[in-house]
Amino acid sequence: MTTIYVPRDSAAQSVGADAVAAHLAELLPSARIVRTGSRGMLWREPLVEVDSPRGRVGFGPVTVDAVPSLAQAIADDLTHPLGIGLVEEDPWLAEQTRWTFARVGVDDPLDPDAFEAAGGLQGLRAALGQSPDEVVAAVTESGLRGRGGAGFPAGIKWQTVAATPADQRYVCVNADEGDSGTYADRILLEGDPLTLLEGMAIAGHATGATVGIVYVRSEYPAAIATLDAAIRIARDRGWLGPDILGTGTTFDVSVVVGAGSYVCGEETAMLESIEGHRGQVRAKPPLPAVEGLYGRPTVINNVLTIAAVPGIVARGPAEYAALGTGRSRGTQAFQLAGNVARGGLVEVPFGMTLRELVEGYGAGTRSGRPVGAVQVGGPLGSYLRPDELDVPTDYEEMAAIGAMLGHGGIVVFDDAVDMAEQARFAMEFCAEESCGKCTPCRIGSVRGVEVIDRIRLGEAVEEQVAVLTDLCEVMRDGSLCAMGGLTPQPVLSALRGWPAHFGRQPQEVDG
Amino acid sequence: MTTILASLQAVQAEHGYVPDDAIARVAEACNASRADVYGVLTFYRDLRTTPPPAVTVRVCQGEACQAVGARALMRQASDLSSDHVAIDHVYCLGNCALGPACEVNGRLLGRATGASIAEAIQEARP
Repeated sequence: MTTIYVPRDSAAQSVGADAVAAHLAELLPSARIVRTGSRGMLWREPLVEVDSPRGRVGFGPVTVDAVPSLAQAIADDLTHPLGIGLVEEDPWLAEQTRWTFARVGVDDPLDPDAFEAAGGLQGLRAALGQSPDEVVAAVTESGLRGRGGAGFPAGIKWQTVAATPADQRYVCVNADEGDSGTYADRILLEGDPLTLLEGMAIAGHATGATVGIVYVRSEYPAAIATLDAAIRIARDRGWLGPDILGTGTTFDVSVVVGAGSYVCGEETAMLESIEGHRGQVRAKPPLPAVEGLYGRPTVINNVLTIAAVPGIVARGPAEYAALGTGRSRGTQAFQLAGNVARGGLVEVPFGMTLRELVEGYGAGTRSGRPVGAVQVGGPLGSYLRPDELDVPTDYEEMAAIGAMLGHGGIVVFDDAVDMAEQARFAMEFCAEESCGKCTPCRIGSVRGVEVIDRIRLGEAVEEQVAVLTDLCEVMRDGSLCAMGGLTPQPVLSALRGWPAHFGRQPQEVDG
Repeated sequence: MTTILASLQAVQAEHGYVPDDAIARVAEACNASRADVYGVLTFYRDLRTTPPPAVTVRVCQGEACQAVGARALMRQASDLSSDHVAIDHVYCLGNCALGPACEVNGRLLGRATGASIAEAIQEARP
């Protein structure tokens, strides 16, 4: 009996994976069809894989029209024009370092036996055999930093939560992945949710928290359904609940669904939203690690931060710390998005340059035109010119050129992009998504749209640029969170990098 | 323990929207004021106070989709608006490598075109 793997990841479904799977089942009734997560080679979706004595042979992108000939090839010798050879030997995938995403796309994400057979639970078992302090020390030694964007050392955060006296502690996972150009959390939630739950249970053991919450955005219905199912499976297996793996340790997880607010991805707004209130940010301090959810010490980590933990505990912190560069240790899941020929998820050690990612893995633009601009780190990240892409992907190196890695989203534009329009959008987005707490963000963003509109009409451009620059300074310095504080980044980087798009001469560029 | 937001989401899941008379009930259930409930109701984009149309189309207008023609797609989609079909925007559906992305009554479309949206609307209509 042949085994055929077809992703049921949302991205694959959006280009017809369900119809492909159904049609294959019809034409090959004796085949076993396994629905998996996505390998992350999104430009090849739907990517169909077929077991063979040599390994798994891939075909993609498979359309419904190609299914009859593919079915014939599966029955014969696996030769087909859409064939890409052995999937695990494909250089795009083989040259990556899949630490967090090792199991994603390989098997049914809701098959607990397959999860365990592929190394699942090794981290949790190892952690439960250690004291909480030892687990925190391992996470600290690994150099793991928060993948939500701020890059704060995870071990230090956990240490703070563990050391703060409390009757209750929480582990809150931020899966409010609202940045355009990012989808790694979604791919993990849909493709290997049990790893996230394993990481959360480890965090619970390490910090003394017994309650875990995953806050998932409502725009990810498939991720929510998969995660809910994974939680039920984990409880059935005793991987969550009052007596985890028979050790007496208690930890359980529930899901809270967002309601269409970008700013709820900011950690304190997320806490407000979990508590059921308007998603308005809180002033810090107190840090959530000291006074977080319902005023109790709370670990807040991104999906990718927590999902890296089981591997760190199972394989030891040294192996993780050996990857990367500078103070950015381990791997980062980059997400190639926008106008890119080979869009997808690239997990590699920190340090690869943006050019290697965009021109190497991404193979340039989808439109075939030259790259015009690259926005890194979401809607609050800077726009980089094609000549600025030699920067290594490292938190500090990126900061040094006024950019940020954020959650690892890399959005490529071709040279037809109008950067004044993009700058206007940054302000418009801030106006729409601001929680309204800080005046510079709430009103400054509206004013920013008006000022950029005048610049685009060519009205007293230099005076308006001076106003815009001042406005950005006030927003940056006078906002509580990154929404107002970082919106100036895309605006000012566009203004600096593409003066002609604003009707200015290059020599007028402000430092 | 239920929260104001979770209660409103539950009401909307049942009725398709949050009717006026639900505000007082949620307030009582959550030991909150009606003003608190109204504040939450009006903060979140997902929550609505009128019945939804038969088909809701959400065209992604995030940067990754802008880079592959989302603004033009929005203009095309707007022509498909009718009494039964609402065209709205959304910022990011998490399908950023296969944009422009669009969602029609919860069904995600990749590399969406005016034609594929029109077809999905036809399939979604009751």
